[in-house]
Amino acid sequence: MTETTLSHADNREPTAFTQEELGWLPWLEPFPADQLTERHWAGLVDASRAKSPYFLLLARDPDVLQARTKTDKDIFYNTSNGLPRAERELAATATSRSNGCIFCASVHSRFATQYSKRGADVQRLLDEGIGADIDSRWNAIIAASVALTDTPIAFGAEQIGALRAAGLDVGEIVDVINGAAFFNWANRLMLSLGEPTPPAKS
Amino acid sequence: MSTHIPDVIDHLAGIQSGSNLDVLRNQRPQARENAQKSYLALFAPEFPGDVTALERYAVATFVAGLHGQPHVTEFYSAELQRLGHPRRTDVIDTEIALGAAKGPYGAYPEGPLTVENEQGPVYQVSADNRERLGARLTAALEHAHLLVLHPRDASPAALQKLLDAGWSTTDIVTLSQLVSFLSFQIRVVAGLRALADASAVETNDAEYTQIFTGVLASGAV
Repeated sequence: MTETTLSHADNREPTAFTQEELGWLPWLEPFPADQLTERHWAGLVDASRAKSPYFLLLARDPDVLQARTKTDKDIFYNTSNGLPRAERELAATATSRSNGCIFCASVHSRFATQYSKRGADVQRLLDEGIGADIDSRWNAIIAASVALTDTPIAFGAEQIGALRAAGLDVGEIVDVINGAAFFNWANRLMLSLGEPTPPAKS
Repeated sequence: MSTHIPDVIDHLAGIQSGSNLDVLRNQRPQARENAQKSYLALFAPEFPGDVTALERYAVATFVAGLHGQPHVTEFYSAELQRLGHPRRTDVIDTEIALGAAKGPYGAYPEGPLTVENEQGPVYQVSADNRERLGARLTAALEHAHLLVLHPRDASPAALQKLLDAGWSTTDIVTLSQLVSFLSFQIRVVAGLRALADASAVETNDAEYTQIFTGVLASGAV
């Protein structure tokens, strides 16, 4: 049987970057929730993710999903040292803004605001784009994330110099690299396997 | 075999055990260990499904080539060469040259962001190579190009092309993870290499300063 894609003719895709909470609809059939095996549950890592069509779709290859989720959590939530949470989320937002992932940018700009309490600055990145002039430290993190997101990759001595000048140590720069690199993974899945939906309240 | 390398990111970034970057990478042990597990799940899968090793390495070589990272491209192409007819790697090399572009580009949904739309090529496998690669791999390379260089142009129609070429829904999830994972792995490698180069310059400067200060103190200049 040849499978077909799913269509969502009634959905009005968001047309601007926002910090509001968006939904997401898959273009391919997620793995059926009532057929999840132990291997699939291990892949989902958190049982609550079985409610998400995105994670249920990725659960079709559960081993990759499991490893990916654990990488994600350590890069963003392991705050034992290194870059503050807010700035890891800033790297994720800048990467998503550059790749054009409205969904990922909504989630991680919200986190960036939550941890930095600088909602207006975060919003400027969303509204004005990757050239927004915020302050030297945030500008350096945004520019480094964007250079790493370019294909071919444009990250090098110039970006590292700017991060150093803005006060980041080598460990913090590794966190910028990890955060931006990881969102090049996440953005491509989110953008290519489905589409965002408008905020629930609108 | 490349799947026996304990940590492919270290291998590709030239990170030595006990070096500064090794110590720093250990501060995110789960991220490090699971980046390797992702690599193994994609290139030495316990449950490969219907995506062949040849398909995995052919797409990986193409993706690394589009990123302009020669040593990563060689790493995946060496395995492709081992698996298939050596000429297969020449075919992929030709396609990398044909597909090379500067990204991310693409179009936004109709609205205020369309002023940011950036034009770029829609890549198609060359007529000569379509038959050599077959329908499945041809569709996979065209989709990989979309994901690497202009992911915001993705659409249900792009997925339908894969389904029509014989990729199942589950195969497409694996293919999408493979291309997206490589987009991550290659950037970590490039980022850490750049950092190692920059640190080497600083270390040399520090050594130089120390030697120079020593020379000054000795009154030799």
